[in-house]
Amino acid sequence: MSARLGALLRRDLALLLFGRRGGTVLPVLFFLAVAMLFPFAVGPDAQLLARTGGGVIWVAALLAAILPLDRLIEPDIELGFFDQWALRGISEEWIVAVRVLAHWLSFGPPLMLAALIAAALLGLDAATLRTVEIGLLAGTPGLAALGVTVAALTAGLRGGAALAGLLVIPLAVPLLIFGAGSLAIGGTSGLALTGAVSLVLLAIAPFAAGAAIRGARQ
Amino acid sequence: MQEHRSAAHLTANDLACRRGDRVLFAGLSLALAPGESLQVAGANGIGKSSLIRILAGLMRPFAGAVERTGAVGLVDDRPALDPHLPLGKALAFWQRTDGAADGKLVRLGLADLLDVPVRYLSTGQKKRAALARLIGQAAPVWLLDEPLNGLDSQAARLTEALAAEHCAAGGICVIASHQSFTLPGMRQLALAEFAA
Repeated sequence: MSARLGALLRRDLALLLFGRRGGTVLPVLFFLAVAMLFPFAVGPDAQLLARTGGGVIWVAALLAAILPLDRLIEPDIELGFFDQWALRGISEEWIVAVRVLAHWLSFGPPLMLAALIAAALLGLDAATLRTVEIGLLAGTPGLAALGVTVAALTAGLRGGAALAGLLVIPLAVPLLIFGAGSLAIGGTSGLALTGAVSLVLLAIAPFAAGAAIRGARQ
Repeated sequence: MQEHRSAAHLTANDLACRRGDRVLFAGLSLALAPGESLQVAGANGIGKSSLIRILAGLMRPFAGAVERTGAVGLVDDRPALDPHLPLGKALAFWQRTDGAADGKLVRLGLADLLDVPVRYLSTGQKKRAALARLIGQAAPVWLLDEPLNGLDSQAARLTEALAAEHCAAGGICVIASHQSFTLPGMRQLALAEFAA
């Protein structure tokens, strides 16, 4: 089983990191574009930028995580991959768990690197940057789990990609409140709650997405 | 592998299939022992593909039950190969998953196509690639949904020969096709007789 899951992770990473439609580059560029445009929009007030910049990074990260949703699950259903895995006794839950990991690896760490550049563009101080980075580390796994779950639920629907984006946004609000909120209140409580929300989403994702993929077969 | 194959069985009891509001067929029973084969024939939309998916365990029957002994291999109109990858790499994913090496690539005429991205392959070439994936899986029960679609006559004869060898080695073949498929000792099942 572990050899099969290894083969699965290898394929998922190759598709999500370097696949067509931008791979990991597109979300990172989108993220940086928001961080770059924001100072143009609100003006070069260094204090204002430093105060709001952390929140902007969070909003940009959330929106960037939505970009790859349409290629997370649906292409593999259409190409017959999920049927072939089912015939080989590889459960949808395992496939989803591997895909959440691959999806996170393809956008979480790259966004955390890009956040360094964004912080420079927005003029964040070191303490804020540290809180943002720890918050992203705690929150992006939850975003990945949520993205895969919603992608599975909307796979095969007409306009599924647009619907997936609309569904993720309200469901990601708790992550945003705790993650961006940790910047305002200081301390570690906000970060801990971000991590807690992430863990809940990670625990639910394989079962919810697995059931959705099986249900789509009937 | 051989002992697995000799233990292969496929039995269905009193199957019914419903799509939406329509019952496509009902009261269908079949039993296949090692080395046996069955062609499911019938017009378009009569439920051949649904029957194959029910036998594969991918779809729940509306009524009845399917019992399977032995792994199931399925070839349908979706090759389950990554379109942008070269054929060799796309097949290598399934070789890693199945732990198999010999997909009879030379015999299937795929040896020269391994560097070609899957999306540039013709329908028939993709079908042959799917057969290579099926052979590599080494499953005792083969479910083939319209296996001859898009194949030229030479490749069609080759597919029949591969199915015959599979059955001779103790495997089971169920073939859903409206075309004639020549296989020694193959039984016929006219799905129209079970239409509800």
